Amino acid sequence: MSGHSIVTPGPTMRARSKVALRDNELQAAISNLDRRLFTARAVADTDADTKARAAAIRRETLSDLDGWLDQLQVALERVGATVHRAATPAGARRIIVDIARREQATSVIKSKSMATEEIDCNDALEAAGLTVLETDLGEYIVQLAGERPSHIVTPTIHKTLPRITELLSVEAGAPLPEDRELLTQFARQRLREQMLRADMGITGANFACADTGTLALVTNEGNLDYCVTVPRVQVALVPVEKVIPRFADLATFLPLLTRSATGQAISNYVTLLTGPRRPGEIDGPDVLHVVLLDHNRRSLVGTPYEEMLACIRCGACLNVCPVYRSVSGHAYDSVYPGPMGKVLTPLLNAGTQGRDLPFASTLCGACTEACPVEIPLADLLVRLRADLRDHGAPNLGTRAGEHTPHPRTVPGDGHPWAAATAPLPDRPVRARSLKRRGFALWARVWASPYGYRMSTRGARLGARLIPRRARWHGRRIPAPAATSFLEQRRREQQGSSR
Amino acid sequence: MPTVGLFVTCLGDQVRPDTVANAERLLVRAGCTVEVPLIQTCCGQPAITAGEPEAAARLARHWVETFEPFDAVVTPSGSCASTVRHWYARLLEPLGAGWLPRVDALASRTFELTQYLVDELGFTDLQLAPAGLRVTVHDACHGLRNLGIRDQPRALATAAGVELVEMSEPETCCGFGGSFSASYPEIATHLADDKLAMAAATDADCVVACDTACLLHLEARRAVTGVGPEPVHIADLLASGIDPSREANEGAL
Repeated sequence: MSGHSIVTPGPTMRARSKVALRDNELQAAISNLDRRLFTARAVADTDADTKARAAAIRRETLSDLDGWLDQLQVALERVGATVHRAATPAGARRIIVDIARREQATSVIKSKSMATEEIDCNDALEAAGLTVLETDLGEYIVQLAGERPSHIVTPTIHKTLPRITELLSVEAGAPLPEDRELLTQFARQRLREQMLRADMGITGANFACADTGTLALVTNEGNLDYCVTVPRVQVALVPVEKVIPRFADLATFLPLLTRSATGQAISNYVTLLTGPRRPGEIDGPDVLHVVLLDHNRRSLVGTPYEEMLACIRCGACLNVCPVYRSVSGHAYDSVYPGPMGKVLTPLLNAGTQGRDLPFASTLCGACTEACPVEIPLADLLVRLRADLRDHGAPNLGTRAGEHTPHPRTVPGDGHPWAAATAPLPDRPVRARSLKRRGFALWARVWASPYGYRMSTRGARLGARLIPRRARWHGRRIPAPAATSFLEQRRREQQGSSR
Repeated sequence: MPTVGLFVTCLGDQVRPDTVANAERLLVRAGCTVEVPLIQTCCGQPAITAGEPEAAARLARHWVETFEPFDAVVTPSGSCASTVRHWYARLLEPLGAGWLPRVDALASRTFELTQYLVDELGFTDLQLAPAGLRVTVHDACHGLRNLGIRDQPRALATAAGVELVEMSEPETCCGFGGSFSASYPEIATHLADDKLAMAAATDADCVVACDTACLLHLEARRAVTGVGPEPVHIADLLASGIDPSREANEGAL
């Protein structure tokens, strides 16, 4: 669909992972991630009240998502914004390109937004003849490289300083020194020249307040403020789950987001945008268009996957994930990588993309633990593995009228995450794959003590054929015991009863 | 004292019977009456994580019927214990409403070995024969995050006279992940290497965990690379501190 170059090529996650692990430069670049673990620990130390309050507000929102979206639309229109609703990425692209044409815009500047990546916004605008400039430094570098972000918060985590220097030197037309300060100065100067000429700004939104129509945007570099003050037209692409009920809820979410994302108590810039420029104001756009993006999200409400819509895109689950830390974002070949991406991608695309992603996990649960809004990510991965068995869209489970609210996670209470989701779907089995038949047969045999005894005895005998020092993918194959524990115990009991 | 049903686990049964025997000795030493139901098989976790809940439910049902008669069920695997506690209610609920109270009751008295010894029995009365052994602990994921097992193995090891040295990231996954280690072997070994290097940096004599699967994964990699201390199950470490003469006096085994 897009012209982005593939940094980590391969047809499957496994193939791409192999490339990523062998790429020494990539490995050197992502070793920075190790430091981010401390961020995750800081999140874990965030007071439990804030997390519980945030989790509760997210569930309150999801319990009536359409209702809150209607309120948001009313509030946005009240402050002078025009609201559009896009069911699909293609729909959102069409709406945004139409706005650009109608407003006769030629030069677009963008703030960092994963939602615009999700809809391939830049490609659509460029195809329509507009110039598009990413104004977040990381996104700018990724744009120059013709790539995609490799992390939802820090897009260039896969790039080393020498590579970044090369890219900016090409842009400068002369070699630049390998110096962070000087490179940033160059980028700032280059970006400012173009930002001041732009006639359309595109942003995402971290939160959209349903009571005031305020869009809250969090950045560290501040170029977003150019995007919402200089151009005469502003478009904000807002996925539906960004809605929060009240402006006052920002007091909960803003610190939670920044602490989880970067370990900051608050980011360098927090922009609160309520409508376009009003009479008497000196800056701000003449018109503000808000595009609400569904892309299968609303279909998740009322299913066990509804939990995923609580995500605030902080990236904490990426930073703690052992798989992400090994291969980084491009190996996922998905706009959203890491644990949240493994859950979200097949759901957004109704199973047309990323079907192998839920299997690329050790299910260690570090993501669940790190999540500041208590999404049971590891459980959702397990559920997706079952629900993606059949071809086509994932089975979204029972539309539970009896949907239960998300409980606090209490280790060892018997149901640490359980009540969060409805039972695994008990649905008629359609195409029975070889794998499913294999597991069914295995379960039938092992549900019988005799079957277990005979099959394991056979397997232990068979294992004797494996050479003692045999290796498999860099590991020595462990040898089973000559006699199993239960077999030994059975013999002893038979011996003593004689 | 309660009658404990020892859940051997399929992996313990087939690959590490000595570890299971040591777990049993520890429970007896702590004063429990231990029974090993010979009809037990597997908790079904491989089917759960493969996305085959129907197959898993079949094994879960057999497991519940096997262990329901006991006052407590104890297993030398945090991962298998957490399968029962974390997944069984969801697996068996579709079989009928009657299963939920049964599963809830049984899950709440199912424990990982160190969790049972420390939290339920308050037992730490062990002394290892060789003093000054340096040990580092790997927190196996499911025990850590689903059961809250972190302090228990450390308390037991410290009480037994072991010098505990923490690695930089004891809570990071070893890379096993069940079928993950087969479907993503490159990442699995990469993570095992990270873990073994962290353990090696502590200069410990062995790396201890409460799960046979993680230890086998680390051992399989260590056998090829030669990096890192020996992976040892906590039951094997602690049982080496049981005084055989006292054991004989108490009529155990």
